Amino acid sequence: MTVVSRILPRDGRPKSLADHRAMFGAPDSSGEGGTDLIATVRAARLTGRGGASFPTATKLAAVAARSDRAPVVVINGCESEPASSKDKTLLRVVPHLVFDGAARAAAAVGARRVILVIERDRSSSMENARRAIAERATERGLPVELVEVPQRFVSGEEGAIVHHLNGGDAKPTATPPRIFERGVDGRPTLLSNVETFAHIAQIATFGAAWFREMGTADEPGTTLVTVSGAVHAPGVYEVPMGTSLRELVLTAGGATHRVAALLIGGYYGSWLSQASARDALLSNESLRPSGAGLGCGAVVVFPEGECGLHATADILAWLSGEIAGQCGPCVHGLPAIARATRALAAGAPGDAAVRLLHRWSAQLDGRGGCRMPDGAVRLVRSALAVFADDVARHSRGLPCPAPATQDLIRLPPPDPDRGWR
Amino acid sequence: MAMRSKRRLVVDIIACDGRGLCAELLPELVHLDDWGYPIIDAEPFDDKLLPIVKRAVAACPVRALRVVEDAGEVRQRASR
Repeated sequence: MTVVSRILPRDGRPKSLADHRAMFGAPDSSGEGGTDLIATVRAARLTGRGGASFPTATKLAAVAARSDRAPVVVINGCESEPASSKDKTLLRVVPHLVFDGAARAAAAVGARRVILVIERDRSSSMENARRAIAERATERGLPVELVEVPQRFVSGEEGAIVHHLNGGDAKPTATPPRIFERGVDGRPTLLSNVETFAHIAQIATFGAAWFREMGTADEPGTTLVTVSGAVHAPGVYEVPMGTSLRELVLTAGGATHRVAALLIGGYYGSWLSQASARDALLSNESLRPSGAGLGCGAVVVFPEGECGLHATADILAWLSGEIAGQCGPCVHGLPAIARATRALAAGAPGDAAVRLLHRWSAQLDGRGGCRMPDGAVRLVRSALAVFADDVARHSRGLPCPAPATQDLIRLPPPDPDRGWR
Repeated sequence: MAMRSKRRLVVDIIACDGRGLCAELLPELVHLDDWGYPIIDAEPFDDKLLPIVKRAVAACPVRALRVVEDAGEVRQRASR
């Protein structure tokens, strides 16, 4: 069994502040120096668990180096990726571990504010967060402020969050300045994912060597994964980095059908063929040669007999409805790619759709104000490669023999009333 | 001999309206995608182009173009 329990308790039951202190002890008030924590996190080689896998110590150091104004720490709990629910799970079960990590980070960079941002319309998450924050009011230390962000995929991007906190729409902004230079209230801002702060808390308590006892040399520690699709026990699991994908599927109860492909990194991720997945590990190093990455750790197991092109078209249609609408390439390019993929899935004859998809992918890659178009391009390119047989059949004008029969790709229903504030 | 500077032309794609003047004035560095938005050479440009680069920057009706000099700035990837 691969499942481990460092940040996520096995029983999955919410931990009160008293439970948390009983499990992990009182916060170290001896005052671990800021530079000590940054050095420890660097030695632990912790990377961000929100999707970009950026070295956390580099972020901490960049913010700590801006001594002009007291920085702000933002815990990103938006988790707008529909295939992922690990951050919601952490905030429900171990909110105080997350808050302890943010308090440690705040002390290390000299921040005087800690803000938790979560998506609106998740009332239970909101209530849980409020309750946990109220519990901490009895302790000394920085209070955690709670701010709701509109429920849109692109609103979970760091620039969008900072713009929202500064009173603007939750849309990405032009850079520079980067948020570690000028972020919330014009202050240097450390923004990291919920899970990242949970790891920071444990690294501060147990040390870098302990953290590296699990995982691979280059990508140490454990990570949370959200496994869904054709498995018997979908859910959130904590596993060591470098766990084989084969073991991961077994951890989630095993596959319900023969597996055709895995979608790694969620709907903003990339397809991995079963042949590539057979020997691949859950690490960026192992996935990189296949053009994939861990992303936020969401894995969708996709069975044989279903059409990967239909699934991809569904996801692209959803993604193109989630854009901020600020940049020409995204406004025009994403719907175009979504339509061409839909046409291909429907069996449009000839390979015009395939040629256009390759052409537009090359044109759109890296051209947004944020990384939204990059994700769509990565998804469609991986689909064309992994489902090459389906592409060939569809481009001969033969649609799928079997439309989707399973509830594999779960997309939030469109909500025309949601705003940007 | 032409010297290569570390200057690059960049566009604020949020501000850009896709008018396409830059591609007309500066085909050496700019071409347009299928929707009329500029795709700019990511490499530093040749210093001898500087005068016409400046002209294109000044001509942009929404002031979306600028010249940046690479100086080992700290780069941080967006995270979510």
